[in-house]
Amino acid sequence: MSAVLSQLVLGLINGSFYALLSLGLALIFGLMNIVNFAHGALFMLGGLAAWWLLAVAGLGYGWALLLAPLSVGVLSALIEVGLIRRLRQLDPLYGLLLTFGLAILIQAVVTMKYGSSGQPYPVPSFLTGADNLGFMFLPRYRAWVILVSIVVCASVWVVIEKTRLGSYLRAAAENPRLLEAFGVAVPRLITLTYAFGGALAAFAGVLAAPIYQVNPLMGANMIIVVFAVVAVGGMGSIGGSIITGFALGIAEGFTKVFYPQASSTVIFVIMALVLLVRPRGLFGREA
Amino acid sequence: MKRWSGRRIAAIAAVVALLVLPHVVYPIFLMKLLCFALFACAFNLLIGYAGLLSFGHAMFFGTAGYATAHAARVWGLTPELSIAFGVVVAATLGLVVGRLAIRLAGIYFAMITLSFAQMIYFFCEQAPFTGGENAIQGVPRGQLFGVISLADNFTLYYFVLAVCLGGFAVAYRAIHSPFGEVLAAIRENEPRAVSLGYHTDHHKLIAFVLSAALTGLAGGTKALVFQVASLTDVHWNMSGEVVLMTLVGGMGTVLGPVVGAILVVGSEDLFTSLGPWIAVIQGFFFVLCVLLFRRGIVGWLEHRLGRRV
Repeated sequence: MSAVLSQLVLGLINGSFYALLSLGLALIFGLMNIVNFAHGALFMLGGLAAWWLLAVAGLGYGWALLLAPLSVGVLSALIEVGLIRRLRQLDPLYGLLLTFGLAILIQAVVTMKYGSSGQPYPVPSFLTGADNLGFMFLPRYRAWVILVSIVVCASVWVVIEKTRLGSYLRAAAENPRLLEAFGVAVPRLITLTYAFGGALAAFAGVLAAPIYQVNPLMGANMIIVVFAVVAVGGMGSIGGSIITGFALGIAEGFTKVFYPQASSTVIFVIMALVLLVRPRGLFGREA
Repeated sequence: MKRWSGRRIAAIAAVVALLVLPHVVYPIFLMKLLCFALFACAFNLLIGYAGLLSFGHAMFFGTAGYATAHAARVWGLTPELSIAFGVVVAATLGLVVGRLAIRLAGIYFAMITLSFAQMIYFFCEQAPFTGGENAIQGVPRGQLFGVISLADNFTLYYFVLAVCLGGFAVAYRAIHSPFGEVLAAIRENEPRAVSLGYHTDHHKLIAFVLSAALTGLAGGTKALVFQVASLTDVHWNMSGEVVLMTLVGGMGTVLGPVVGAILVVGSEDLFTSLGPWIAVIQGFFFVLCVLLFRRGIVGWLEHRLGRRV
C-alpha cells in the first residue's frame, strides 16, 4: 500500500511537468493553431538558464524562477514575430515543421556549447530535506514542485476563464477577425501568448533542473510524452490539458508499481485506447 | 513525343550511371544513399501525395531493420526472405498504427504518429530480442536465394540497387495510377472526394500501409548492408531526418526525396569532421527551408522550368 501511495506522489511530480507543458501547448494551439514543437527546447532553455545563472552569474534559485522565464519569454516573442508570423497564412503543418526545425537548432547549439552530458543543479537550501508522510519520505523539493505547479496551473485557468484578458484570448481563438474589428490588437495578443507559453515552459524547466540533470535533450524526451498527453486530453481545452497532465503522471506512477517495464509506454497505450474510443480526446472540441 | 524520348534517354543514362558508379564511389556509401532515398520516397508518398505528415516513420524503418536482422541472424533465413519478413512486419505495424492515426488529420496526425513511434522506441529499448543499447550486431548478409553470396560489396550493391529500384517503381506506379489521383483529390479537398463517393479513410489507410511497407523495405535492406540493427533507426531523430530530406528535395515531387536524401546523407558523410556542427547546420537549413524554400530543390526547378522533371 505504501509503495502505491509513494509512486502516486512521485507520479504527481511528472504530472506537474506534463500539466505545465501541455497547458502552454494548449494556449498556443488555441490561439495560433500551431503545435509548438519548440516547447521542449524552451523547457530545456529554462533549465539551462537556471544552471547558467548559478554557475556564471552566481544568482540562486529564486532569481532563476524569475529571470529564466522572463528571458525565454522574450526569446519566444522574438521567434513569434520574426519567424512564426511569416507562416500565418499557410497550412498549420508548416508551423509544426518550423518549430521542429527550431527545436533541433536550439538543441544542437546548446549541445555544441555545453556538451551532451548533464549539468547538475543543486536543490535550493531552503527546500532540502524530506518530510515523513507516514507511508514515505517525501523530499521537500518535490512537494514544492507539485504545490507550485498546481498553483500556477490553477491561476492560469482562472485568468483564462474568469478575467477580461482571458475573454479576449478565448474570443481570439474563436473568431480573431471579429475581435480585431472591436479594436483589440490580435497580433500583439498572439505574440504575448506565445511568449507566455514559452515562459511557462521555461518555468517548468527551472523547476525540473534540480530533479533531472540539465541536458540538451531533457526537453525533447519530455515533449513527445506531452504530445501524447495533449492527444488524450484533446487540443481545445485549457482545463482538460491540466487535468490530463496530472492524471497521466499518476497513471505512470501506478504502472511503476505493478508493471515497471511498461511505465515508459503506458501513456502511449492510454493514448491509443482513447483514440480508439474518442478520437478528439477526452476534453477536446469537435475537430 | 520529343519530351518523352528525352526523358527516356535521361532514365537510361541514370541506370547506366548507377551500374558504373560503385566502381568510382565507395559502394557501401552508395547503398546507404539508395536506402535513404527509398525511405524518403516512401515518406513522400504520404506527405506529398496524400497530404499526411507522419512524424514517426522511424518506427517502420527501425522495426523492419530489427525484424530483418533477427530473421537473418537467429532464424538463418536467406537475405531476400529476411527483407520480406521486415517488410511484412513494417506493413503490419503500419496497418495497426494507420487504423488509429488516420482518424485524425493535419497536425493531430503528426502528433499521433510521433507518439506511436516513441512507444515503439521504448518497446525496442526493452524487448529482449533487440539487444537494447547493444543492438543486433553481426547480421549475416547471407546467400541470395541460397546460392549467390552477398559478402562481396559489389554483388551486394547490385542486389540493393535492384531492391531499391523495385521500391521506387512501386512508389512511382502508385503515384501515377488512379489510386494516386484519388489521393491527390483527398489532399486537395477531402469533403469533395467523399461526396464523389470515395472511401477516403480506406484510401488513406492503403497509402499509409504502402508507405510503411516501402519504408520497411528500405530499413530491412539497410540493416543487411551495415549488418547491424540499432536504436538509432527507431529514434525520433530519424523521423525528423527523413522529413528534412523530403523538405529539402521537394515534397510532392518524384525526384525530390532522392535529391534530398543525397544532400542530407552526403553532407553528413562529407562533414563528419565537423561533429556537433552538423546538427546546427541541419537545424538551420530546416528552418530556412520552411521559411523561404518550401518548394524544395526539385519543386523549385519544376516551377522554374514550368514542367515536371
